[in-house]
Amino acid sequence: MDQFYTSDVLVVGGGLAGERCAVEAAAAGQNVTVLSLVPPRRSHSCAAQGGMQAALGNCVKAEGDNANWHFLDTVRGSDWGADQEVARIFAEEAPVAVRELAAWGVPWTRVRPGKNSYFIKGKRVDIDEPAAKAGLIMHRDFGGTAKWRACYASAGTGHAVLYAVDSEVIRLGIDVYDRMEALSLIHDGDRCWGVVARCLRTGGLTVFLAKATVIATGGYGRIYGKYTTNATINEGTGAMLAMNTGQVPLGNMEAIQFHPTGLWPSGILVTEGCRGDGGYLLDRDNHRFVAELEPEKQELASRDVVSRHMMQRIRDGKGVDSKFGPHLWLDLRHLGEKHLKTKLREVWEICRDFVGINPAQEMIPVRPTQHYSMGGVRVNKDGHAYNMRGLFASGEAACWDMHGFNRLGGNSLAETIVAGRIVGEQAAAYAARQSLDVSTGLVERFVKVQSDRIAMWIGRQGSGPGIYGIRDALGEIMIDKVGIFRTGNELEQAVDELKGLLLEIESATLRSRVPGANPELTFALRLESMLKLGLITAMGALARTESRGAHCRTDCPQRDDTRWLNRTLARWPVGAAMPTLSYEPVGLLDLPPGERGYGGATSVSMEQSLEEYNQGVEKAQREAGRLETSEPMGSRIQWGAWQQADPSA
Amino acid sequence: MADTQNKARTLKFDIFRYNPAEPDVAPKMQRFELAEAPYMSLYIALNELREQQDPSLQFDFSCRSAVCGSCGMMVNGRPTLACQTLTADLPETIALHPLPTFELIGDLSVDTGRWFRRMVEQVHGWIERQDAFEPTAEEERMDDATAEAIYERDRCIECGCCVAGCGVANVRPDFLGAAGLNRIARFMMDPRDQRPKPAWFEVVSDADGVFGCIGLMACDDLCPKDLPLLDVYGYLRRKALASALTPNAKDSSLS
Repeated sequence: MDQFYTSDVLVVGGGLAGERCAVEAAAAGQNVTVLSLVPPRRSHSCAAQGGMQAALGNCVKAEGDNANWHFLDTVRGSDWGADQEVARIFAEEAPVAVRELAAWGVPWTRVRPGKNSYFIKGKRVDIDEPAAKAGLIMHRDFGGTAKWRACYASAGTGHAVLYAVDSEVIRLGIDVYDRMEALSLIHDGDRCWGVVARCLRTGGLTVFLAKATVIATGGYGRIYGKYTTNATINEGTGAMLAMNTGQVPLGNMEAIQFHPTGLWPSGILVTEGCRGDGGYLLDRDNHRFVAELEPEKQELASRDVVSRHMMQRIRDGKGVDSKFGPHLWLDLRHLGEKHLKTKLREVWEICRDFVGINPAQEMIPVRPTQHYSMGGVRVNKDGHAYNMRGLFASGEAACWDMHGFNRLGGNSLAETIVAGRIVGEQAAAYAARQSLDVSTGLVERFVKVQSDRIAMWIGRQGSGPGIYGIRDALGEIMIDKVGIFRTGNELEQAVDELKGLLLEIESATLRSRVPGANPELTFALRLESMLKLGLITAMGALARTESRGAHCRTDCPQRDDTRWLNRTLARWPVGAAMPTLSYEPVGLLDLPPGERGYGGATSVSMEQSLEEYNQGVEKAQREAGRLETSEPMGSRIQWGAWQQADPSA
Repeated sequence: MADTQNKARTLKFDIFRYNPAEPDVAPKMQRFELAEAPYMSLYIALNELREQQDPSLQFDFSCRSAVCGSCGMMVNGRPTLACQTLTADLPETIALHPLPTFELIGDLSVDTGRWFRRMVEQVHGWIERQDAFEPTAEEERMDDATAEAIYERDRCIECGCCVAGCGVANVRPDFLGAAGLNRIARFMMDPRDQRPKPAWFEVVSDADGVFGCIGLMACDDLCPKDLPLLDVYGYLRRKALASALTPNAKDSSLS
């Protein structure tokens, strides 16, 4: 072991969720340390483009917006898989989060008074923005929302927000260790005491002890290989930490979002803001097929719905042929070069740099691509992990769970800040109550597990399979058999093939044994856990014999609220060959399950009454491992307040 | 879609190799060959080299879409983002070196993270204000043109290309470089920042700041995000001069 550090609160992950958490905990007077795979400003939060949802209601098309509307849209978007109390907390606090970011320097696009020209449902519309609202934070339209709600800075919203929050981290003097990867939590079966980490500069092991540890490492999209918008670092390193305790459950790992407009074939994200600002989706005949299939929301139905329409169009032979396979078109030409170069500037640059086109003159080749992990480390409304005191999670790495089975565009950027504030405060409060009474023997045991694992990889001789081939096989299995459309047969095949890869990796060998960080070893140390995350995803999808949000079983097309209005919890007991799945109620229901208003799917209604369902929630979640919260369950629900949102507007 | 690949080439990569964990092995250039493929970027090419030919090769990528700033390197002598560079736009022989001016981590990987954190600490690259955030208040208003002008400078991704290509930064390690000056300009024009003007000019108006620049302006040519670095330079010099002449004047104009 090279070094040994202690702090009150340790945040694993230097993206927005982690850094906002760190700022809150530091402001509460706790000593905070952040670990990050990359310098924090290179975290994948920087790639968020189009916007951050908050119901400020500042422009004409946002008039009357409030937290009730945001709550309604979020729960409907989740296909009722969300924890509605968390969705309510989120909707109430998002406006504060956005305004705080304004105070920290985010250059939000502002309301321009007077005549503004917009494209709405295929038509140019001129709207007078009133002088009374001049200079307030502007909104753009996004999918699955009743009002224009996404606050934005051109198409670089994530970048602008990340730089503002990281500036606060630096201003507060918070210690950040970049190129530092947490390999394992240190825990005694009851409480978490920090992590064993590996330095990606030197390859040395370091211990970071803390009273409270927060996992904020983002998603696990890279289990889909190259078929993802995610950065190369989004390999689920935080979900692995929780999974490998054997006792902290991962929630709803089968809930995987596919973004309708990944650039084809590279998979680079092209923001939903393109369709929010009036862009069209066209097939090979230049036909606006989504507008026809979704007359109400048109291209701005929720992402799960639009992605399914697109993949079905491709399956129907209406895709555009290319040497990399069929794709569809995103048409922004009618928005004009000035709009593209200012309000969608990053899109314009990506088109120029990666496909060599000018989107003011040419159409953009797109195809649905893995984008977001709704599932993650299961936590209660304080962000405290199930079954492990002192462990917290926040942002995409967590299953908090405001997204259920489908996240709305712009809600993740907002979640990083809203949850970061709450989880940072809770982690700080927990740390303030604790002393660091951890035994050195325990720490040594966890260090030894990791040093043995490294020695195993370095020492394993022979010419077994290489790790990159196994990684590629994982990606192909996930996209082919655990993708947008799923069937029991294919999922069974996926499970079998992933089990095969878990056997194969037992004989895999490195090609390089150079001293130092050794990039091949770095990846090898993640790969087995990536296979396990893939297997948990496939098994959860196989078991869930219904269709809900992004989880679409073509052999079980209905949402089934009698049998499946619940959350999957997956644990991988230490040393076990396979994970175990269990289920808990989604949370207290305020908005009763019903129609989403797009997508056209049908459902099996609940057999229980709402009251019967709600009566069982607290006990069932406690038995599933939920820890006590700072306030009682349900304290933040505003029962029935959603009825104040006007359903006809 | 632009299809620039007609005949298949065999690319020759000459790559700088040095692993600080093996101090006895001298730095060297290593030759690799790779069959070019359609739309091949240096992100694709370097990963293929590592996965198929030499797994010890060190380099950095993350977003692979030119927004995270991880992959700055010298490509045939010019600092640029590797993920954004298509092999089709390069000659058959491609020399790759790590960015100068930053500490070497290994091969093509350099420590831009620590450099930029130190720079932000040095210029106080954050909004400085005395009043506390009021959670229930409406946001402060801002003219959208001002927001756009701030965003234009906020877009810097801290890739380090402007620093690596700077004649001054290559000989003077404390020089803020274009990225540092741009960061100052970004906060200086932000009406939310309440620090008095003289505080700025302590940072800007010495040889580590705007008066250290000798005007070669390679930064402006090299910036992968097309930031208006020439304008930034002019803006700061004008502001520094105006401040020296009228030190107590309140001036929030953008020009």
